[in-house]
Amino acid sequence: MIGVAAVPKIELRGVKKRFGDKIVLDGVDLSIQPGHSLVVIGGSGTGKSVMIKCVLGILRPDEGQIFVDGQEVTHLSGRRRDAVLKKFGMLFQGAALFDSLPVWENVGFGLIQGRGISRTRAREIAIEKLAKVGLDSDVAMLSPAELSGGMQKRVGLARAIAADPEIIFFDEPTTGLDPIMADVINDLIVSTVKDLGVTTLSITHDMVSARKISDHIAMLYKGKIVWAGPTAEIDSSESALVDQFIHGRAEGPIKMEVRA
Amino acid sequence: MNVFAAIGRMTLGFFRETGRVSLFAGDSVSAIVRPPVYWWLIAQQLMRIGYFSLPVVGLTAFFTGGVLALQIYIGGNRYGAESIVPQIVALGITRELGPVIAGLMVAGRVAAAIAAEIGTMRVTEQIDALTTLSTNPVKYLVVPRLAAAVISMPILVAIADSVGIFGGYVVGTASLGFNGSIYLKNTIDFVTRQDVTSGLIKAAVFGFIIALMGCFNGFNSKGGAQGVGAATTNAVVSASILILAANYILTSLLFSR
Repeated sequence: MIGVAAVPKIELRGVKKRFGDKIVLDGVDLSIQPGHSLVVIGGSGTGKSVMIKCVLGILRPDEGQIFVDGQEVTHLSGRRRDAVLKKFGMLFQGAALFDSLPVWENVGFGLIQGRGISRTRAREIAIEKLAKVGLDSDVAMLSPAELSGGMQKRVGLARAIAADPEIIFFDEPTTGLDPIMADVINDLIVSTVKDLGVTTLSITHDMVSARKISDHIAMLYKGKIVWAGPTAEIDSSESALVDQFIHGRAEGPIKMEVRA
Repeated sequence: MNVFAAIGRMTLGFFRETGRVSLFAGDSVSAIVRPPVYWWLIAQQLMRIGYFSLPVVGLTAFFTGGVLALQIYIGGNRYGAESIVPQIVALGITRELGPVIAGLMVAGRVAAAIAAEIGTMRVTEQIDALTTLSTNPVKYLVVPRLAAAVISMPILVAIADSVGIFGGYVVGTASLGFNGSIYLKNTIDFVTRQDVTSGLIKAAVFGFIIALMGCFNGFNSKGGAQGVGAATTNAVVSASILILAANYILTSLLFSR
């Protein structure tokens, strides 16, 4: 689409957020085009999760604007927020499955509660989505506590895609998994994203995962986006910050703040 | 350390917390009247908050009634007024001890359980997950617990009243030499409707306090296991203190001549 500036699926303009004296986001500018997969990298505690939660409306930014499909969503609440949230699916870092409900009801939760689909139908859809992430129908009746970390992530992914979202957020999708399971999850993310044609925003500090699941990468450092570009160009970013991060060097411009 | 700065900080902290609790309570109450209402979750919480509290409330009420009979007998004996036992037991149980003892027991059981459950959901991001699935966490988690506690506490207290009076009856007839039918007749003749209803009104208020403190502390828990532990402790302590404070206020309002 040369020369055609499409409306970004998600756009952040000058988003700021502070907790007490601690400035977490200090004017984040970021945009994601429809169908793109953006990964935001950055060290622990650089505000990646806070940024995602601001977009979802779980946290309110102090300043700045957030747009979804060109519509400003920064201060929406109630029903209008719900309408926007219906476009989103989210895979949480710890999967965040509801441990009081069986697996199938976790996957179908948004369908039953958010969209008023009958439980029987929701269960069929849930089993269908579980199959998409490589889990068979026996798992549907189990409780989340009976699943391994990797399986919980898969169920979380099934829940994120259950309501056919247009946008999926992945919060540290591979954290806490062994390298093989991490790769399985990466593959699953890539294939589901391709299948559904969705726009994705992920945050991670796992560079292997970041390279695999993204077509664009942005780096968050000290509350600002310090570099953004296509994944293929990350090795020639000419940014000392990016270089240090992707090669995982202790020495460089980024000084680890031991105290949070 | 500047003493005045510390006092100022504590005062500000107190008002900040009070404000936050009030806002949370306002949000929760306004969520009760707006659809959707999760009837099934209310029923589930009625079981957990009401039904499963029966044994502990019943047992404590029984022994409280019993010990009350003993003490009043001993006290009354000094003035030759032992026969007053059934009346005072009934009055003490229905007006004060029934609601307060049940309130404190349920606070220990239920406020802790609510805070631990919701606190764990907070730190494992399950509450955020509810939001992303277009479900209002206040409606889904807080409203059913508040409704169930406000409904079940008066029922529990009505039962505690009966069991407490029965405890007094057992002690009175078995070891203090009262005639069973006279004991019952004295109780029934003496107790007024206001004695009982005032206790039930208190019970509903205590139920609200218990569920509110459990939910508020759970919702605001931070960090990991330690945060959830602190939230649980705070829920029980704050619910107990508020119950006793509210009891004083309610007594002075309900019995203001």
